[in-house]
Amino acid sequence: MAINWFKYSAPYTFYGLTGKLIPWFGWSSAILFAIGLYIGFFVAPTDAQQSEAYRIIYIHVPASIMSMFVYLVMAGYAALGLIFNTRLSSMMATALAPTGALFAFISLWTGALWGKPMWGTWWVWDARLTSELILLFLYLGYIALHASIDDPRRADRASALLAIIGSVNVPIIYFSVKWWNTLHQGATVKFTGTSMHAAMQQAMFITLVACWFYAIAVALARVRSIMLERERNNQWVSELPEVRS
Amino acid sequence: MNWGEFFAMKGYGFYVWGSYGVALLVFIVEIMLVRHKRTETLKQLQMLHDAEKED
Repeated sequence: MAINWFKYSAPYTFYGLTGKLIPWFGWSSAILFAIGLYIGFFVAPTDAQQSEAYRIIYIHVPASIMSMFVYLVMAGYAALGLIFNTRLSSMMATALAPTGALFAFISLWTGALWGKPMWGTWWVWDARLTSELILLFLYLGYIALHASIDDPRRADRASALLAIIGSVNVPIIYFSVKWWNTLHQGATVKFTGTSMHAAMQQAMFITLVACWFYAIAVALARVRSIMLERERNNQWVSELPEVRS
Repeated sequence: MNWGEFFAMKGYGFYVWGSYGVALLVFIVEIMLVRHKRTETLKQLQMLHDAEKED
């Protein structure tokens, strides 16, 4: 039996499918946040070195990981749109950018609020922090460039190039704590194991999945509006019940 | 542990709640913006649809 995967890449079926998926991802995200933060605040112990300040980790690390992950997914969709000229891929890239930018902002904000009590400073121009700031600017540059070109297909192509070139920055962020001497601490969770308490690890993993589901829900909700706008002259849009009424 | 102690976070309350508060605010604002965008888009499409019917 062959599943027709292309069926879901057709705008009409994708629009219908995402309409059903968004509430599931949205509510799962809220529930996972509640569970993860409960474990993080009430089950996980106080850190021996950082006392209670370390609890910022349950939002700081997931937001930072998401800011990098969303960028790669966005650049991937942008590249697909550029190479295969698929409309939907480019729309997905456009829909992901604001969410990625907001995760980068949360990463920097919570990092500043963590840096102040631990390092004595809100900000320092070290490799990790600077490359994360550049990531935020890449997102903003992508959004601005896309918005500045009237023809959406041309905007897709120009901003796709920016997104692809900018993806070089993601491994730089990731490995910055290894390559340079930074004030930012090294990775706690490694492929070879971790020095973290089990409950801390669990809480962080659950809030990471919560952030992931949140990003999916919001990006899909955003792409549906983009689809309606850009496909407004297509028959499937004018036949939707929410448009006809 | 009572709630006062919990919110104080051993003196780190400002940093911890400042992190989670702003993150929550960002999420709420983003959800509101996405919802607003959808209502606006649908409104425009309905106008377009009605205009076509009159032709």
